[in-house]
Amino acid sequence: MKCQKCDEKATVHFTQLENGEMTKMSFCEQCATEEGVMELSGFGLADSIMTAGQSGESRSTSGETCPGCGFTRSKFQQTGRLGCSQCYLTFSDDILSRLGPMHRGLHHLGKHPEGFVGDAFSERLLIECEERLQAAIEAENYEEAACIRDEIEQLKKSHGASASSEEVSVEKGGSAP
Amino acid sequence: MMRFTTLMRNPAEWMANDNEDHSVVLTSRVRLARNLSGEPFPGWAKKGERIEVLEKVRAEIEGLPGMKGAFSHGLEELSSVQKQVLVERHLISREQAARGEGSATIVNRKQTFSLMLNEEDHLRMQCIRAGLNLSKAFSQLSGLEDDLSETVPFAFDSRLGYLTACPTNVGTGMRASAMLHLPGLVLADEVGPTLQGVARLRLAVRGFYGEGTESLSNLFQVSNQSTLGESEDEIISRLERVIRDVEIHELNARQRLMESDSEMILDRVGRAYGVLKYSHVITSKEALNLLSLLRLGAELGFFEKSLRRVCDLLLMDIQPAHLQLHAGSKLDAETRDSIRAEIIRGRLQTLSPPAIDKATLNESGQPDEQEDE
Repeated sequence: MKCQKCDEKATVHFTQLENGEMTKMSFCEQCATEEGVMELSGFGLADSIMTAGQSGESRSTSGETCPGCGFTRSKFQQTGRLGCSQCYLTFSDDILSRLGPMHRGLHHLGKHPEGFVGDAFSERLLIECEERLQAAIEAENYEEAACIRDEIEQLKKSHGASASSEEVSVEKGGSAP
Repeated sequence: MMRFTTLMRNPAEWMANDNEDHSVVLTSRVRLARNLSGEPFPGWAKKGERIEVLEKVRAEIEGLPGMKGAFSHGLEELSSVQKQVLVERHLISREQAARGEGSATIVNRKQTFSLMLNEEDHLRMQCIRAGLNLSKAFSQLSGLEDDLSETVPFAFDSRLGYLTACPTNVGTGMRASAMLHLPGLVLADEVGPTLQGVARLRLAVRGFYGEGTESLSNLFQVSNQSTLGESEDEIISRLERVIRDVEIHELNARQRLMESDSEMILDRVGRAYGVLKYSHVITSKEALNLLSLLRLGAELGFFEKSLRRVCDLLLMDIQPAHLQLHAGSKLDAETRDSIRAEIIRGRLQTLSPPAIDKATLNESGQPDEQEDE
């Protein structure tokens, strides 16, 4: 039997019985890992894979891949999960548009770790904002430009705070208390 | 290291206690989701990567002062019944129970902290306390997290906060929730509107046993949904305000029922007493519903106060995996129903019939409560 995703020999067979309906799937080991079948993370697995396949076809253009971990945009769209921290940067446009309805705001106002490292997301947003600001000014859209300027101010403020704490930076290899 | 049997023998203080303040809000729990910076999230990491993260984090956690002698096991070391028992005790999630090698669970001796390694995120840490105590639970958990972050660098971004595998948790990574017992609102047919009001404030409500907002034991869980755009303190104080409101609604509903329809309450509690004390075959659904009524009866003063603690322990002990652990073997549904009835009868053996004196009830609205001492 062949894998239902690629033409490799299928070695992982998955059968799910739910409400009297049986779903059978067969994958090669690599595709099975990609589809998360190997995780055996419980119920509705067949469902998530089946529907994922369907929506995947209609979004075949979004094949962007995270350089940090190889996770793809379409996988995020299917599962709502990300592969690594860097995915937040890679798929930032997609993620930001989802955060609005989920949360009460778009800025973290809670706890900060002491001397954290890695602030790429904010930096990239700053650059994006500045590009948008430039475009808005060129289009003489001053109202929007003012909004973007406020956003940049905010970003710089939080970024400044993090930059100064980075100087205190973590001492690696220190012994545990 | 603590063994499974030791963990089972000593139920945590938050699971059952005699504190009167905890009559409506049974427990508070706060969970923080954290990931190691630079490592792929567990759902996408290769098995080797997951194991590496697990070993590193597990060693650091076991070395923390508050985690001495903790229960710490890889999921592959636990039988399916043991995993299910941990789920029924709310110490691990259903999702974690489905995992094997590469995931672990750590519970401190007092069972106030429970940490899941390589669930959806590298680390899901939870603190549970009795009653409405979300701020205390958060500050304790935050302290543990501070200690851990000295040696384990967490993925964090100054704009988005703590980065999690699912963007629904990004920011604080915090889910704070409380478990509420609302038999008064259910009997008065007011639970729907009350909980809809809570949901309108963008807080999540769900029945604790059973599907959706229906609850078999009249136990409901209220939790925050949003994790970004508010600080932990803001989220918790908003949640605590709403929960206090629901608590007042519940106590008012009980009082109104006792004034307007005390016969119905007496009948329900009396029937619950009869069935629980004398039945030989009882389904989980029936038992959960009746134990809720018996618990209400204890709070309204029909029984000695210590009965509430007995009910809370029973709610846990009559669940399927607990029964199988008790019996030491896999049980089919029918056998479970008869063992369940046997356990309940045993625990209620010395319980006297409800002290129902209608005259007193009508006079005072609320009956006098017997003193323990």
